[in-house]
Amino acid sequence: MTITIEPDVEIVEERIDIQVRRSTADRVYRAAATAAGATTFVLMGLIGTFLLVRGTGAFRKSGFSFFTEFAWQPDLGGKFGVGAVLPYTIAIALVALTIAVPVSILAALFITEYAPRRARRILTSIVDLLAAVPSLIYGLWGLFSLQPRLVKLSKWMADHLGFIPIFRVRAEGPKTLSLFPSSTFIAGIIVSLMLIPICTAVMREVFGQAPTNEKEGALALGGTRWGVIRDVILPFGRGGIIGGAMLSLGRALGETIAVTLIISPVFTPKLDILSQGSNSIAALIALKFSESNELGISALMAAGLTLFVITLLINSMASFIVSKSRSGEATEI
Amino acid sequence: MTDTELDTELAPATEPERIRIRTLDPDDATAVGGSALASLALTWLIYGRLVPLTGGLGFWVCWYIIFVTAVWAVTRQLSDAIHARDQLARVIIWSGGMAVIAPLLLVVGYTISRGYHALRPSFFVEDQRYVGALSKSTEGGGAHAIIGTLQQVGLALVISVPLGVMSAVYLSEVKGRLARPLRTATDAMSAVPSIVAGLFIYAIWILSFGQSQTGFAGSLALSVLFLPTVTRTSEVVLRLVPGGLREASLALGGGDWRTTSRVVLPTARSGLATAVILGMARVIGETAPLILTIGGAFVVNANPFSGKQDSLPYFVFRLVRFPQESQIDRAWTGALVLLMLVLVLFVIARIIGGRGPDHIGRLRRRRLKKEGLA
Repeated sequence: MTITIEPDVEIVEERIDIQVRRSTADRVYRAAATAAGATTFVLMGLIGTFLLVRGTGAFRKSGFSFFTEFAWQPDLGGKFGVGAVLPYTIAIALVALTIAVPVSILAALFITEYAPRRARRILTSIVDLLAAVPSLIYGLWGLFSLQPRLVKLSKWMADHLGFIPIFRVRAEGPKTLSLFPSSTFIAGIIVSLMLIPICTAVMREVFGQAPTNEKEGALALGGTRWGVIRDVILPFGRGGIIGGAMLSLGRALGETIAVTLIISPVFTPKLDILSQGSNSIAALIALKFSESNELGISALMAAGLTLFVITLLINSMASFIVSKSRSGEATEI
Repeated sequence: MTDTELDTELAPATEPERIRIRTLDPDDATAVGGSALASLALTWLIYGRLVPLTGGLGFWVCWYIIFVTAVWAVTRQLSDAIHARDQLARVIIWSGGMAVIAPLLLVVGYTISRGYHALRPSFFVEDQRYVGALSKSTEGGGAHAIIGTLQQVGLALVISVPLGVMSAVYLSEVKGRLARPLRTATDAMSAVPSIVAGLFIYAIWILSFGQSQTGFAGSLALSVLFLPTVTRTSEVVLRLVPGGLREASLALGGGDWRTTSRVVLPTARSGLATAVILGMARVIGETAPLILTIGGAFVVNANPFSGKQDSLPYFVFRLVRFPQESQIDRAWTGALVLLMLVLVLFVIARIIGGRGPDHIGRLRRRRLKKEGLA
């Protein structure tokens, strides 16, 4: 084993290797730390393996149609698949992102550029606190306080923006407010509230690392503060914006409780997002779990594995993008 | 604490006086204030008098659009287009900042207003043993759920904090070959959907190992979520420990283990405590993994290793879907208690986090005094 000392001067590429003899305590300590580090890999492997093992029964019965079938009736011996549930999951996440990302960009800019120095700390705390409020409580608030107000907005959008396909609600007879609760749109808005703190935190961190001399240079050339934001901070923080958005996407896809509380589950796909009925993989698992038999549980495991793989991919990509932007690669000239 | 904050705090006191470039221009202030009032008047006129529209939300959306336009137009008149765009950006970004604070106030306020009137001291000592569908919401309590939550989160803490801190030590002190992949894996794992964590524990612990639903199964599921969070935040904290301290310790002949246990970890102690408590505040409200693992109960079960248990979030989640008003009120009371727990943990974390690494607590001060060091 060697320890390496990195010299301060960057031009020197060579590292100085020092051979050391470690004491028993040191060797035990390093082994223990390595073992602790390895648990994360083991855990990741175990999650994948066990969900796959338990989901195999369902995969075998349904074959590839698991990803295309709309219905979910494994307990009755019927067909089942995530063909309808997965698009709904993605739709809820996209609605949430459409709201959360612009608001987070503004909030992060406000915290890093506009807020007074004293307020900056408090605002950062508030964002952290918002991230700590349980999603259950957001869900409850959304269900009892926000939804009765949002259905009016939904109706207004259906009435006036109905020419856009995703807002077109077909109804027999006049449209009433009772057509609009428990929809993809409302679930998406509630989820967006949970994404904003996470997304803001990532963006704030990246915006805060925008090079000061470039900012000052822009100001010295007579740029306004908006000019600095547009020409220095936003280009520098592009990686942070994309990464933060993707991180939020991962969260949105896996959000369970708030979505479960809001939606009324449906298994037929539809194009509009405003009318009643939606679904998500996580909510499906939470709702169907207690009433499922062996095959039903297996099918839920398969659905859980699908969700796990999707979020894992999205998050790895997001953290790669954020880490790349943090090292300042985006601004190198 | 971020790097930048730390830098400014460590900066020498002889810093020359700062040139203030952010003072508010009276013209701009008048333009914004005037636009706000003018647009309010205009909205009232359009909304209430000319067009037959109703609804609070619409009114304020309308007002905001007119307000933003007015700010731009007024500044455009007073000076030039560049200044007008700057003002426009300022107003929109300010409102973005406010939009983040608003939900916190609304959520906390609404939870308090719904939860407080069924909150009695008895909520903390009684369970749901004698509660029927027609009981009043003040009858019975959530003691079984509170005990369950504390035990499950406590056990999850015992499992994942040592593992998480050791992983962080591996990442920032040992820096072995696995460090880079481990960092990526931790990032990926920290966003595993909470329901998947529950599903996993159900698959491995209950289906494969043949265990039953217990509080311990719940705490295993919580640990899956807790471990990556602790690893990530602890690593950030450990990286803030100045390298000079490590080098000094190594130069004095302290081995790796001594350096970590006597220098790095004590220096980062308050930061680590903050990281753990903030992680706890997040895990304590997790509902999804518990739906699958703890089973739920209506009476006190103080043994997390046998029999079904309840937890505060699960208690709320179950009760809120009852049709009876009294059950829903009870759920809101549970939600209020849960929110208070989160807030208390958060405040504790902030207080500890506010102390610098050189802070010496009362106990340590006494011990040092005994040794004649302080």
